[in-house]
Amino acid sequence: MASRLEVRKTYKLYIGGAFPRTESGRSYLVSGADGAPLANACRASRKDVRDAVRVARAAFDGWAARTAMNRGQVLYRVAELMEGRREQFVAEVGAAEGLRPAGARAVVDRAIDRWVWYAGWADKIGQVLGSSNPVAAPYFNFTIPEPTGVVGIVAPETSSLLGLVSRLAPPLVTGNTVVLIASEQRPLPAVTLSEVLATSDVPGGVVNVVTGRKAELAPVLAGHADVDALDTWGVPEEMRTEIELLAAEDIKRLSRRPTKVVEARFDWLDDAATERPEWIAAFLEMKTVWHPIGG
Amino acid sequence: MAAMATDTSSTIVPAADRSPSSWGLGDGQAIPWEYAPAPEARDIVTLKERYGLFIGGRFVPASDGGTFATVDPATEETLAHVAKATPADADRAVRAARRAQTRSWGALPGKERAKYLFRIARILQERSREFAVLESMDSGKPIKESRDVDVPLAAAHFWYYAGWADKLGYAFPGRVARPLGVAAQIIPWNFPLLMLSWKIAPALAAGNTVVLKPASTTPLSALLFAEVCREADLPAGVVNILTGPGEIGMALVTHPGVDKVAFTGSTEIGRRIAKGVAGTDKALTLELGGKAANIVFDDAPLDQAVEGIVNGIYFNQGEVCCAGSRLLAQESIAETLIDKLKDRLATIRVGDPLDKNTDVGAINSKAQLEKITELVASGVAEGAELYQPACDLPERGYFFRPTLFTNVAQSHRIAREEIFGPVLSVLTFRTPDEAVEKANNTVYGLSAGIWTDKGSRILEMAKRMRAGVVWANTFNRFDPTSPFGGYKESGFGREGGMHGLHAYVRLEDR
Repeated sequence: MASRLEVRKTYKLYIGGAFPRTESGRSYLVSGADGAPLANACRASRKDVRDAVRVARAAFDGWAARTAMNRGQVLYRVAELMEGRREQFVAEVGAAEGLRPAGARAVVDRAIDRWVWYAGWADKIGQVLGSSNPVAAPYFNFTIPEPTGVVGIVAPETSSLLGLVSRLAPPLVTGNTVVLIASEQRPLPAVTLSEVLATSDVPGGVVNVVTGRKAELAPVLAGHADVDALDTWGVPEEMRTEIELLAAEDIKRLSRRPTKVVEARFDWLDDAATERPEWIAAFLEMKTVWHPIGG
Repeated sequence: MAAMATDTSSTIVPAADRSPSSWGLGDGQAIPWEYAPAPEARDIVTLKERYGLFIGGRFVPASDGGTFATVDPATEETLAHVAKATPADADRAVRAARRAQTRSWGALPGKERAKYLFRIARILQERSREFAVLESMDSGKPIKESRDVDVPLAAAHFWYYAGWADKLGYAFPGRVARPLGVAAQIIPWNFPLLMLSWKIAPALAAGNTVVLKPASTTPLSALLFAEVCREADLPAGVVNILTGPGEIGMALVTHPGVDKVAFTGSTEIGRRIAKGVAGTDKALTLELGGKAANIVFDDAPLDQAVEGIVNGIYFNQGEVCCAGSRLLAQESIAETLIDKLKDRLATIRVGDPLDKNTDVGAINSKAQLEKITELVASGVAEGAELYQPACDLPERGYFFRPTLFTNVAQSHRIAREEIFGPVLSVLTFRTPDEAVEKANNTVYGLSAGIWTDKGSRILEMAKRMRAGVVWANTFNRFDPTSPFGGYKESGFGREGGMHGLHAYVRLEDR
């Protein structure tokens, strides 16, 4: 009997809960760490990024309005579904990053655990970062964190799943919505993660994933006036200043990788370095309310 | 005028009829009586003819000997000549700050830093009258405000952060808070001493040293503060003060020896500063412009609201980044509220900042007066209806009448742009949803006000405001324990409270 012909997957964008191809009709060849061709990925356009920002904005009010506990459960479920796709992630991360099965498994396991770690913060971060303030006047004065809005993420280039999860979960857990540019050389795990998100309870539009050339897409995200904050961890070193200049135009909040940290050498398996409430706080606004006291 | 006085004095008038609305004001007339002057004495301030830069604990001239004049905006007279720093001076100041950070201040135990800051707070309290008078002379703000708000709050900020200096571990659980190093701090002219305290107190508490650049129109209280540092025996170089134009601010922002930049001022300059640190590791906090909505619901205590609206927009001549410059009045009470406001405006006293009864002092500079005048003209040109009380303005100095615009559309420049002057734009709404929509319809997000009798509505509206500070049944209140700062293009980072420390520390793992 002839061996069965494999059904290959088309890797698409994830925008507004749907999987469109790029409107530009372009793609690029993605190769594994060993140079073997893996698949064609969409080479998204500026228009795709703008579409993604639009749906992310539309999804913001609803996602931010979820109760903290509900958001925590919705995100925990993402980890449950990642667990079910574990073998697929192991294969894709292994091929993309040139890891042996044991190494790839360690990375995928840690990505799932990290998702759980951040999901658990949903109903706690307000208590850790908020305060009631003893003002010298008859007011109940309190400060609470609120999500910043639409967050643009330029995902880490080297760590295609664990790095991605470590940067995506923190803004998401407090109610931000996200437009994410995947690793350019290793985009396939990001696309598979978007398939997990699509079958989870995360509403469409809350996370949007585009693949393509960072040099083409990152400036669009950085210069977009409806993006409130930008994670530049995965911005190529030579583009750093250009991207930050664009982001300054509308006073975007920046979450920057320290210049001395070389992304390719950053240890994403190090929990102490990557499980940080500060990474959540970078995408929060502190609101202070003066409420009168008196009969 | 005389007739009215005779009428009221010859008959017994029931208390209710003596309310401001029965005075027949609010139709553009001048108030029918006069006030005796009540000037605060100036002699508590000893002005020097020349002031130097404060670098490394000493007053020194600018490297090229340059100076500029600082003017009393109420009289247009020159108060003093102040050294005009050069980029070479900026470099010198940053080096002095670095030396102090590594050799003295950074190595000092938190307990000792705390005591220095307590000392500074005490000296500010002791010399409070001197600071208040000087501040009003240099900035044009009424002595009532510099005396009761600016100076006491400045002292309170040092007091509050003094106590944090040896308790940083409690502010950041699980982390060790280390100083960032040298902070470049650029402050505006609207609250010169208060903004200095917001910047310097948390920076020093966390172990940083600073180079502070006051605004070029209001350098004097910062230079008097330099004397306070000496009086407190603060180690040399911990606080450095550079007076000069905006370019000196940019020289500091781009100086490679600076670890942290903190700026309060316009969004336009904030953008330039954010660009100035692009591509570096410098930490940045920005407190920028605003166009706050002050929302009055139909169940609000209207007379109390009127006072709050007046305080919201005419406090400090409206030269306040968080000023309540857009009044959103619920339609059913809008007419009554506007009538009451016009009545109240008629009794606002504009004039000599040093008069203890003055409510609205001088606009800080000629340039600012021109900007306000231009924007008010645009309001008229775009079809809004202008109201100004017929108060007399002094013949000299930069003064502007308290101004109120009705029939304002959201598209008008006076409803969109920060005027930074005593100009209120009145808009109306019908439902809470409409109020939220209009309040958030701005690129800014610094503050908002809500006036209602209903506690649950306060909290619901507070939640829906995209603004960093929400005042309910009050406005323009500040406290060192209360974090302050903006959403959106009003900037990022917080000043005040535990959150204010965050801007000046690097967190390391335990």
